Amino acid sequence: MLEIKNLHVKLEEDDKVILKGVDLTVEAGKVHAIMGPNGSGKSTLSYVLSGRDGYEVTDGSATLDGVELLEMEPEERAAAGLFLAFQYPVEIPGVGNMTFLRTAVNAQRKARGEAELSAGDFLKIVREKAKALKIDAEMMKRPVNVGFSGGEKKRNEILQMAMLEPKMCILDETDSGLDVDAMKLVADGVNALRSEGRAFLVITHYQRLLDHIKPDVVHIMADGRIIKTGGPELALEVENNGYANLLAEVQ
Amino acid sequence: MGLETEDQIEVRDGVDRETIETVQAMAGKYKHGWETEIETEYAPKGLNEDIVRLISEKNGEPQWMLDWRLAAFARWQKMEEPRWAMLNYPEIDYQDQYYYAKPKSMDAKPKSLDEVDPKLLATYEKLGIPLKEQMLLAGVEGSDEPRKVAVDAVFDSVSVGTTFKEELRKAGVIFCSISEAIREYPDLVQKYLGSVVPQSDNFFATLNCAVFSDGSFVYIPEGTRCPMELSTYFRINAENTGQFERTLIVAEKGSYVSYLEGCTAPKRDTHQLHAAVVEIVILDDAEVKYSTVQNWYPGDEDGKGGIYNFVTKRADCRGARSKVMWTQVETGSAITWKYPSCILRGEESQGEFYSIAIANNAQQADTGTKMVHLGKNTKSRIVSKGISAGRAQNTYRGLVTMHPKALNSRNYTQCDSLLIGDKCGAHTVPYIEVKNNSSRVEHEATTSKVDDDQLFYCRSRGMDEEEAVALVVNGFCKEVLQALPMEFAMEAQSLVAISLEGSVG
Ligand SMILES: Nc1ncnc2c1ncn2[C@@H]1O[C@H](COP(=O)(O)OP(=O)(O)OP(=O)(O)O)[C@@H](O)[C@H]1O
Ligand SMILES: [Mg+2]
Repeated sequence: MLEIKNLHVKLEEDDKVILKGVDLTVEAGKVHAIMGPNGSGKSTLSYVLSGRDGYEVTDGSATLDGVELLEMEPEERAAAGLFLAFQYPVEIPGVGNMTFLRTAVNAQRKARGEAELSAGDFLKIVREKAKALKIDAEMMKRPVNVGFSGGEKKRNEILQMAMLEPKMCILDETDSGLDVDAMKLVADGVNALRSEGRAFLVITHYQRLLDHIKPDVVHIMADGRIIKTGGPELALEVENNGYANLLAEVQ
Repeated sequence: MGLETEDQIEVRDGVDRETIETVQAMAGKYKHGWETEIETEYAPKGLNEDIVRLISEKNGEPQWMLDWRLAAFARWQKMEEPRWAMLNYPEIDYQDQYYYAKPKSMDAKPKSLDEVDPKLLATYEKLGIPLKEQMLLAGVEGSDEPRKVAVDAVFDSVSVGTTFKEELRKAGVIFCSISEAIREYPDLVQKYLGSVVPQSDNFFATLNCAVFSDGSFVYIPEGTRCPMELSTYFRINAENTGQFERTLIVAEKGSYVSYLEGCTAPKRDTHQLHAAVVEIVILDDAEVKYSTVQNWYPGDEDGKGGIYNFVTKRADCRGARSKVMWTQVETGSAITWKYPSCILRGEESQGEFYSIAIANNAQQADTGTKMVHLGKNTKSRIVSKGISAGRAQNTYRGLVTMHPKALNSRNYTQCDSLLIGDKCGAHTVPYIEVKNNSSRVEHEATTSKVDDDQLFYCRSRGMDEEEAVALVVNGFCKEVLQALPMEFAMEAQSLVAISLEGSVG
């Protein structure tokens, strides 16, 4: 589904190179996890895939179902089925959470040539999905992410994902800042979305999340590259021994 | 769109959606830029005593009114155009324009809207005044309409007609054109006209005193809650013609009215002058809400054409516990010079000012308010949201004064500016004078740029760039949009977005 080949990325305004040849393939229906030390380039990879400004791709490609992502505008990538749950969700003062969601859902439907959801239908679906994530009506009325706790912001990202039903979901440290119960809610949210036609790329530092969302493949990223790929046992190894051995192996 | 809403917030959410749909449906920019092909009768070009006499005569005015105009004209000739605002425009040639333009068909003095030239009625329909208003305008009362809005339709220099006059009259409310009021209710007009904005007030107000041709008059008797919203819709159609309207609202003790004002003009290459005066008198325990959506033609991308809008609006909270609330959405005009003000004379009177001023392309806006605290325990609140895009310059200019006798008074001012792009400017010029020890003035100001992270966040969820900007800007203005009556809120939200078209990318 997602195929990243030899991706090289540097910052637009200085010469700092962040991704130094990332190769990664995520198949439909699978869950891949990426772990790696702070600053290794995980968030950068997720931003570049979703089209954030400020990066320059110097080499390589990234395709979603064979279509080149890197040429598209961010909203086109979203309409093509890519979703990023942000490591740091953005606050938008004055814009109701509900309004934001409805605007997003209908923008994507329109871009795909589908009919928009009526206000009534939309409300029904949103209420149901919000309830599953323990997001109350009050939170839906508040401005997007403004004054939300860390955990509430992350749950809100998952709600957006549930509403947008993307096919390729990237979760950037969605587990950080979550208490044990919220972690379970988020994991349940993700598991409920798992299906044949959908794939996940879960960026995390901890095994805990992977206890709930069982990955098929685990990648280790260091210094802008995937240095090792393995099964779920790789995450356990990191949990127990840190990255020192893995990094030493490469050198 | 069949909203199954459960509460106000969700209705508002629906409004937001509608905004975005409206914006997307709209290909062009200024949507009211067409003109009505109609035979127009002009007074001779230029300005002199004869023109003043002619306007007075056309309106069938009594002698006192003519004398008042002539006195104003004499004064105006000795005055100088103010230049303190942060506005840059070429000298206005006051002799090179018309001061009176009237559709020929109005000569017959139609007694009701049924007799009005269908072309004129069609103009208002096309202006996108909501259809129900249109029905109301045509004098048809839709039985299942939850809300009624009475309309006074002013076309160039004359009022074409006013709806719901009879129903209002039953409630004791007078709502008619000012020219009619001068003829029919001379005592009321004479008592209050010029009592809030004196003839000598400022260059543009004095000019208005001399040459105003029409406008609206509202009188709400003691203890009366006006049974419907009142509105005036101003349309400039004729070329090279200034519009000088005069509005006078009197709210007697314990009364209440909500009044709306809308305005548009065709696209023209030349600038057109609009110099209005609005006076509001509010007595004990009365409350007036005055909302404006100003959508005059703003000129093209290069600053060619557009309305020069020099307006004096003032409310005099004369009575104890009286209240006024100004809400304005300023999106149009090439030049905006406008400071709706509150004179808080009565004890415990309150003034509020909510404003959104958007300037795009070559537009210049210098707008704000004056809160003059004269009485004890008076309160005022100012919320101003300025948005600049393109090469536009947007200035908030506000004056808050607490007089020695205005003990224990309070003002709170919040003034936020948002910049889109890096060629525009935002300026905040607050003047504060506190002349007693028990009053307090608070002022907060922020200036920010549209945040790239917010735009990226929206776009990563599927919205295109313009939609994302519209959403973020609407969020920025939320507080003010919510102060508007529902119908206006919708129009205003879409205007916010339309005014910003082409400001990104
Ligand atoms: N806009 C930027 N300006 C300067 N440096 C940047 C920028 N974006 C990323 N970097 C640098 O690139 C490196 C990779 O950052 P990135 O956020 O992708 O790491 P990460 O793997 O997500 O780390 P973490 O686990 O802490 O979230 C870091 O050294 C970071 O400081
Ligand atoms: Mg990161």
